[in-house]
Amino acid sequence: MSPLILLLLAIGLGLVGWLAGRARAWSFRKSGPTRLASLPNYHGWYVALWIAIPVLIFVAVWSAIAPELVMQHVLAQPAAADLPAFGFQRQTILNEARAVATGDAMGVFNAEARGLVEPFREAIGRYDIVGIVVALVIAFAAGAFSFLRLRPDFRARNRVEKSVMAILLVASLVAILTTLGILASLVFETVRFFGMVSPLDFLFGTFWSPDPMSNAANPDGSRYGAIPLFWGTIFIGAIIAMVVAIPLGLMSAIYLTQYAPGRLRTWVKPALEILAGVPTVVYGYFAALTVAPFIRDLALAAGMSNPSSESALAAGLVMGVMIIPFVSSMADDSIAAVPAAMRDGSLAMGATHSETIRRVLVPAALPGIVAGVMLAISRAIGETMIVVMAASTAANLTANPLEAMTTVTVQIVAMLTGEGSFDHPATLSAFALGFVLFMVTLALNFIALRVVKRFREAYE
Amino acid sequence: MTVVHDNLEKTEAKMRAKDVSVYYGAKKAIDDVSIDIPTEYVTAFIGPSGCGKSTFLRTLNRMNDTIPSARVEGSIELDGDDIYSSGMDVVQLRARVGMVFQKPNPFPKSIYENIAYGPKIHGLAEGKDELDAVVERSLRRAGLWDEVKDRLQDSGTALSGGQQQRLCIARAIAVDPEVILMDEPCSALDPIATAKIEELIDELNGRYAIVIVTHSMQQAARVSQRTAFFHLGKMIEYGRTTDIFTTPLEQRTQDYITGRYG
Ligand SMILES: Nc1ncnc2c1ncn2[C@@H]1O[C@H](COP(=O)(O)OP(=O)(O)OP(=O)(O)O)[C@@H](O)[C@H]1O
Ligand SMILES: [Mg+2]
Repeated sequence: MSPLILLLLAIGLGLVGWLAGRARAWSFRKSGPTRLASLPNYHGWYVALWIAIPVLIFVAVWSAIAPELVMQHVLAQPAAADLPAFGFQRQTILNEARAVATGDAMGVFNAEARGLVEPFREAIGRYDIVGIVVALVIAFAAGAFSFLRLRPDFRARNRVEKSVMAILLVASLVAILTTLGILASLVFETVRFFGMVSPLDFLFGTFWSPDPMSNAANPDGSRYGAIPLFWGTIFIGAIIAMVVAIPLGLMSAIYLTQYAPGRLRTWVKPALEILAGVPTVVYGYFAALTVAPFIRDLALAAGMSNPSSESALAAGLVMGVMIIPFVSSMADDSIAAVPAAMRDGSLAMGATHSETIRRVLVPAALPGIVAGVMLAISRAIGETMIVVMAASTAANLTANPLEAMTTVTVQIVAMLTGEGSFDHPATLSAFALGFVLFMVTLALNFIALRVVKRFREAYE
Repeated sequence: MTVVHDNLEKTEAKMRAKDVSVYYGAKKAIDDVSIDIPTEYVTAFIGPSGCGKSTFLRTLNRMNDTIPSARVEGSIELDGDDIYSSGMDVVQLRARVGMVFQKPNPFPKSIYENIAYGPKIHGLAEGKDELDAVVERSLRRAGLWDEVKDRLQDSGTALSGGQQQRLCIARAIAVDPEVILMDEPCSALDPIATAKIEELIDELNGRYAIVIVTHSMQQAARVSQRTAFFHLGKMIEYGRTTDIFTTPLEQRTQDYITGRYG
């Protein structure tokens, strides 16, 4: 039984409950002069929620455990006795048999699977029926319970409102729990990594060259110095990109809020926002195929002997362009949020428009602008596609923007897609890098949000 | 047309508006107003809400330029020079004709920087000592010095509403204007802060030509010597404040000051 059908079943039963509850409420209204405490619709919703929520919970639990129950049943069959004891092959055979039984596959590849198809089919059929019956029983019991509670003076509305709130709460918890889950898995793998490589080597070492083929039991900590990666990340994402994005973003925000005539603004603002919507892989192409060769040619023309075709400058410049919209839209919002009285006050002192912008509006909007820049930095240092395509994988601790450099994100990709086994420290180092990145961006976002909040309060 | 009382002393007009009309787009907000603003007196503009007091006040230092749809006809002179002529520098004009707004609007900078703002942009003070002196003098004139002299580096927005408004007046004074325009400067303040501002206006009277828009009849009576009554974009009556309040010549003025409408 696919969960979809059970889902539809739950909705259908809920609908029945809704109609029944509503009808009952109407009958109260007809049979007596009493005023209903809640509208009939709310009675309907009350019953519907009482039915749908338990059924949905059951469906969720059931679709998690039913396959396991089916498996137990099949393994208990005599046909399963001569399966390979364990491992990959056994799993493949079982999966194949199951796929044929559910109709997802046409025929079997492994002969052993053939005998198992029938037991699978039988078990699936049986547990489907069990599932439906239990769902129906739950629906009926919950429906009857709630239906019988309806009275003319029953406050169905309050209950429904409360459940709506609970549903919204659960929805918001999903995002939070996901974040926590991600963090937990990162922490777990990071701890494993630090069990093999010392955090000191990792955080302060200046040589990065993990060897995924080396002996995993005895890693060489000196090859795991992440400083060059941190430096590359900061140099590309927080320095070169910001040198591009801050002035351009700020100036375009000033132009748009202060000078642009309304019609131009309605064109330019969406155009800037489109820039934010361009897939980063497209920027990556642009950086790798257009900007990087151009910079290399420039370097050649300037007399450099053997310039790298992958430069930090190319990646940083393109990344800077990518985040212009983040800077400009935050700056735009915060400049626009400065009260008009401030501007008038300055103009009335005889300040010119540009003096007013420079000395009053921008300083007043500064917290918002700074917050925008921090969000942009956290975007930039977490950005992967552009640097994967345009920066290099060679760790290089240098301040020359024309040289190849690598970043944390590039190395995460390289380590995870490398040929090391999953529990090799080289692979696990990706998690430690991810963890550091996560903490840094989290801190940046946190500070930025605090700053923005203080800024808002100042003007309310 | 405007009824002008004929018992007014002859005075030198600091500003002279002649046949001024103001439009917002196609809508006429000020209709053919002529008035002389003397240096010796405080002039009050009164009238029901929406009659155009603020609009007219803002034409006097061209703050209406910041509203794209606003258009001014007629002529306004400052010491005989037309302020709407192409030869007039708005920056200079606003340095000479300062403005205080309804809601205190100190810049989010320190108290010191708030006052120093104008002198800096107009290059009125050379060096730190001179600037310090300007700041102190302005704050003293605005009656705020004693309250803030120990906290000049605190933010101007951290002051109370009344202090903020006096800060704004001090800020306007700091560039040594010739005229100060005030648009309901006390409407956001409590009676005590209001009394302080009124006292301050009294002290500034004579040194600067002052124009004040107010909704409070008592305030107009207390601080001004000349009153102009506006109604529906027209200036209805102009005369000595005492005369306007005791023996108005126009029925509409009479109705307004006795609170029969508005
Ligand atoms: N920026 C503007 N755009 C269009 N119309 C405006 C604008 N500002 C004011 N007006 C109109 O001009 C007229 C006069 O407004 P103004 O603000 O001068 O009145 P006021 O006498 O100052 O009123 P109040 O006592 O309420 O402050 C009003 O009808 C108002 O709607
Ligand atoms: Mg007004």
